[in-house]
Amino acid sequence: MCLAIPGKILTIDGTDPIERLARVSFGGIVKDVNLAYTPEATVGNYVIVHVGFALNTVDEAEAERVFDYLRQMDELGELQIESSPTPSP
Amino acid sequence: MKFIDEYRDREGAEKCARAIARITTRPWTIMEVCGGQTHAIVKFGIDELLPKEITLVHGPGCPVCVTPLELIDKAIEIASQPGVIFCSFGDMLRVPGSKRDLLAVKSTGGDVRMVYSPLDAVKIAAENPSRQVVFFAVGFETTAPANAMAVYQARQKGIKNFSILVSHVLVPPAIEAVLSSPHNRVQGFLAAGHVCAIMGYTEYYPIAKKYHVPIVVTGFEPIDILRGVYACIQQCEQGRAEVENAYARAVQREGNEPAQKMIREVFRIIPRKWRGIGEIPQSGFGLSEAYEEFDAEKRFGVAGYTAEESSECISGLILQGVKKPGDCTAFGKKCTPEHPLGATMVSNEGACAAYYRYRR
Ligand code: SF4
Repeated sequence: MCLAIPGKILTIDGTDPIERLARVSFGGIVKDVNLAYTPEATVGNYVIVHVGFALNTVDEAEAERVFDYLRQMDELGELQIESSPTPSP
Repeated sequence: MKFIDEYRDREGAEKCARAIARITTRPWTIMEVCGGQTHAIVKFGIDELLPKEITLVHGPGCPVCVTPLELIDKAIEIASQPGVIFCSFGDMLRVPGSKRDLLAVKSTGGDVRMVYSPLDAVKIAAENPSRQVVFFAVGFETTAPANAMAVYQARQKGIKNFSILVSHVLVPPAIEAVLSSPHNRVQGFLAAGHVCAIMGYTEYYPIAKKYHVPIVVTGFEPIDILRGVYACIQQCEQGRAEVENAYARAVQREGNEPAQKMIREVFRIIPRKWRGIGEIPQSGFGLSEAYEEFDAEKRFGVAGYTAEESSECISGLILQGVKKPGDCTAFGKKCTPEHPLGATMVSNEGACAAYYRYRR
């Protein structure tokens, strides 16, 4: 129940802040999503949706940074292997 | 799908796991709090990718699993009354009460409906003014803004035949309950990403300090979980105990302010009983005084129930990270998803159900 997945905002209807409604696509499956808690969300944004409400817009720059972090973890590993001393006999 | 596929990449996950293995020198026990994470871990076999020194234990973050038996009985009592339309998320319908479940009420003529959002229940109430419509408002902080909005809109629109049966619990007090138990063996936490998307993570600073445990805000996809484990192990190995955000694409430090405001408008913090754990002070939401008229317990006079748990079920210990599903003698024998003895076997996010489905 708590597994919220990101979807892309296709259209937004309504101006009342507590009833602003978006059509959101989850890889082709489209659902109505209330945007009351993401007033900043616009068409084309990805939002994380839980029981019909957008919890947050996905920060695309931060999404990229995870992969930078992974690359770093990987490079660090290679470094460690190179610099690890040869075990003495 | 964007923001899904790249986080499920097998090769990337294996790389992460190798990086974790490289920094691990000793045994560590890490708890993921959220049931969604438990499900993902077992489904994708993340625990099996990790070095054998690392044990992942599964926390109390499945709302279906921690809803106390007497509340299920209250739901069944209300749903059985003539004229009531009882609405719930699907996974609550099969949770056994002391005698039967909500599906049994439905099959004997009760009007029990599965909804996708609490706002659907408000709509049903508006369309059926002569009926009482009750929504079973279970969940953690992630679900609270939605449930609060349902009540808020019902009041705004003057919908008087709507009420909610509240079973709302909070993550930080549960983490503290785990940590202060004499049986505790958890040395680091993966905090539930979407709870933090709403509440932020400043609440965890005093906990990390007081108990000297790292708490890492973590997402739900395999790479997110491994990223969280890496950060947590790194801290453990270095003797640090900090709050770290490993899920920054969805979580900001202060959380979602409009959502918090709505929660404060409709709910107040109260003690709550957790199934299998017992009462934890200041660990849940109840309706605030201004919204008490929407409280189904009051409207239907079902306060003051008590119920006995099955003596065989050890789900309480599983939810506290003390035991694993395989330690239960009933697992897969007397207790299956078709005939569950405990709630952790019912919900998709329950540890017993996840092990049953992916690990037999
Ligand atoms: S297997 Fe069934 S009886 Fe055993 S702990 Fe899990 S839910 Fe309870």
